[in-house]
Amino acid sequence: MPINLEISKTLATFAQQAHEVAEHVFRPISRKYDRAEHQYPVELDMLAKVMDGMREGAGHGVGAVGRAKHEPTNGAAREVRNGSNMAAVLGMTELCWGDVGLALTIPRQGLGNAAIAAVANEEQMQRFQGRWAAMAITEPEAGSDSASIKTTARLDGDHYVIDGEKIFVTCGERADAIVVWATLDKTLGRAAIKPFVVEKGTPGLEVVRLDKKLGIRASDTATIRLTECRVPRENLLGNPDVGVDRGFAGVMKTFDNTRPIVAAMSIGVACAALERTKELLASEGIITDYKSSFYRAAAAEAELYRLEAELEAARLLTLKAAWMADNGLPNSKEASMAKAKAGRVGNAITLRCVELCSSAGYGETELLEKWARDSKILDIFEGTEQIQLLIVARRLLGKSSDQLK
Amino acid sequence: MSAIGRTLSVLTRVAGSEFIGRVGLRRPAQELASRAVRGSVALGAAATRGFQALSGPSEAARLATPKARDRFDLTPTDEQVMIRTTAARVARDHFRGAAMGASEACSAPAEVMTKLEDLGLMHYAIPEALGGAGNESSPVTNAIVAEALAYGDMGLALAALSPVGVVNALVRWGSASQQATYLPKFLEQSGLPAALALMEPQPLADPFSLRTRATAARSGFTLRGKKALVPLSETANLFLVSARVEGNRPELFLVERDAPGVTVRAAPAMGLRAASLGSLELADVPVEAGALLGEGGGGDFYEEMIDRARIGWCALATGTAQAVLDYVIEYCNGRAAFGEPITNRQAVAFMIADIAIELESMRLLTLRAASRAEQGLAFHRETYLARLLSAEKAVEIGTNGVQLLGGHGYVKEHPVERWYRDLAAVGLMEGGFVV
Repeated sequence: MPINLEISKTLATFAQQAHEVAEHVFRPISRKYDRAEHQYPVELDMLAKVMDGMREGAGHGVGAVGRAKHEPTNGAAREVRNGSNMAAVLGMTELCWGDVGLALTIPRQGLGNAAIAAVANEEQMQRFQGRWAAMAITEPEAGSDSASIKTTARLDGDHYVIDGEKIFVTCGERADAIVVWATLDKTLGRAAIKPFVVEKGTPGLEVVRLDKKLGIRASDTATIRLTECRVPRENLLGNPDVGVDRGFAGVMKTFDNTRPIVAAMSIGVACAALERTKELLASEGIITDYKSSFYRAAAAEAELYRLEAELEAARLLTLKAAWMADNGLPNSKEASMAKAKAGRVGNAITLRCVELCSSAGYGETELLEKWARDSKILDIFEGTEQIQLLIVARRLLGKSSDQLK
Repeated sequence: MSAIGRTLSVLTRVAGSEFIGRVGLRRPAQELASRAVRGSVALGAAATRGFQALSGPSEAARLATPKARDRFDLTPTDEQVMIRTTAARVARDHFRGAAMGASEACSAPAEVMTKLEDLGLMHYAIPEALGGAGNESSPVTNAIVAEALAYGDMGLALAALSPVGVVNALVRWGSASQQATYLPKFLEQSGLPAALALMEPQPLADPFSLRTRATAARSGFTLRGKKALVPLSETANLFLVSARVEGNRPELFLVERDAPGVTVRAAPAMGLRAASLGSLELADVPVEAGALLGEGGGGDFYEEMIDRARIGWCALATGTAQAVLDYVIEYCNGRAAFGEPITNRQAVAFMIADIAIELESMRLLTLRAASRAEQGLAFHRETYLARLLSAEKAVEIGTNGVQLLGGHGYVKEHPVERWYRDLAAVGLMEGGFVV
């Protein structure tokens, strides 16, 4: 069958559902929760229920957003799939067209849920189903360098005892559980790093504070402390053996699957900014009909074309990475390419839109200034742009992390 | 050799090639050969010498539109894999080595161009009814071929694809008599060197704002104006020239080299030199009414043709940018400074990562525009964006390719300086290869 880069009708219908949610649930409360930082958006409880219904109703409703998983390969020629990864990307793009902060705080759609989906065994999958799981990796002294985390877990009878501090935990206060990454043996480096599901209310788990942020204020970002926190040994996700790179491979696997989703978030917010900017500039006579020769067009019109081309590039790179995951193709490089590109152009687009719209762009009557604040995090979390470039470069150049630091 | 004999000989070579067998593509190759023979039988021995207008069939022959699945899919078809593999081999084994000499000589060597026969490009471009082997029009396949050939050398790729672009335009929009007059010539042993002449010499040149004029005359039109950066100025016998007719509407005219008032001169440029760029001067050139492509109505397809050629440029740019990427990876990994490979440093490694990212962006935007064109969907917006992005990134990749080799990139010992010059064309060229 011929090469085709259009979205199928099924997925387009699905994306449209997500768009409705973004337009009718997120947009009306977008500014409210930007101002009321740390206040729980109660409207989302209703949404979570609706999404559960959608998920049960259709193969993948909007509820499937954030639940991307790697599809197994059968080796033999099989039907090309447009599956859960593409659905997650398209759905998240639409939700973030509505509001990035709110999309991040939809109950039961946490990053921890993605980790569980990627590495949990069957029993764990059952046990943690329906839980809202946050993810805790970053520490005050270990950001991009997640292999050097200091949080420890030691086996004591039927429990692991976890000690350490985690920062930038999205939904850290609101989630039912937190997937905490800790090392079983600091001397073994990344091979000993494992994910543990720590349920809320476990003695020794404490939310220390919530951060005030530049953007995505609707999303709570917590600092948590674990002090002799005992979790059942069966809460260690995946394989407990300290094998070469096994634990860390789990982190990486989670990120291979979620990077395109973060890229999609960036595309969504940039799309919102570009769309609104086009509306506002149209009233000033700037029309983008792709008719003018680029160098004869008004500078503002030409700039809109340029931004749109970059956005389209980010969108297609992201779809490609998700399509590869849906079809069982290794996509670590492509996922990082998509994240790097989408993160940087998404941020650049929202900032340029602020500038193009002048006072309407910078003032709080429009959402443009908010989008420009929200978009910045997408070039940072789940691997900064620079970390993505490192991953891409190492793959291209055949370098280890010791050679290309 | 008769048309059928010639078709058979070319396609048998493709189908029987050991190489094709080795890469597991024998079956698609055989299917193509079988179609080709049917086409040649249909044509019979219609080919005659000279450009006499032939009455031929009363309806123009067109290629069909391939059916697409309602599904996002980046997997090339077996046929596309076969043709890409073959094109890549020609690019690697023949284009790359000949590129510097061809650039210096401003001419594509005949012995290199004959290597392209294994690709059977002309045969797939021309419908069976007119003696070719084509049954479907595939801008995607055309883009894939352009990318693969430009990996070897963009100038030689342009020289090779320029006549195919004219054929694609004739097949898509030509009238029955234009097709019957010209298309069989392209299948002959000597071929028919042909090129689009769309560029004009003024700064800020715009194909939708032409200075070349076609004024109505007694039995046709009189053309007056100048065209620049025309490929194959050395050899082309047929040009597809853009000119505005009354009401400022752009139209396309088939102009033969030996028509009175036509002057073709070599006019080498910064790059793409192997394609023998030149100027075309039209001093009151009289053409028949039948020289008007599609015999009128060019206003309807002119934009589409410009867009299809822009997709061609994007694809060529992608191929050359891929050449840059592969070259800098190998060179920089092997280049040591301060006691270790320079690729151990982020400043170098990140530049290379960015080349890969922007290159893939170019490729995907190009493929999307091409696939929409192939499916009969509107593709003007997608082409506009692909062209804009490709122009910007091509120049960036070209300049970073030289930068990454430092002083060595600036001298002709390495190909990156040539790619730098070739990639600078992407933002300004029009015409070239209509996919």
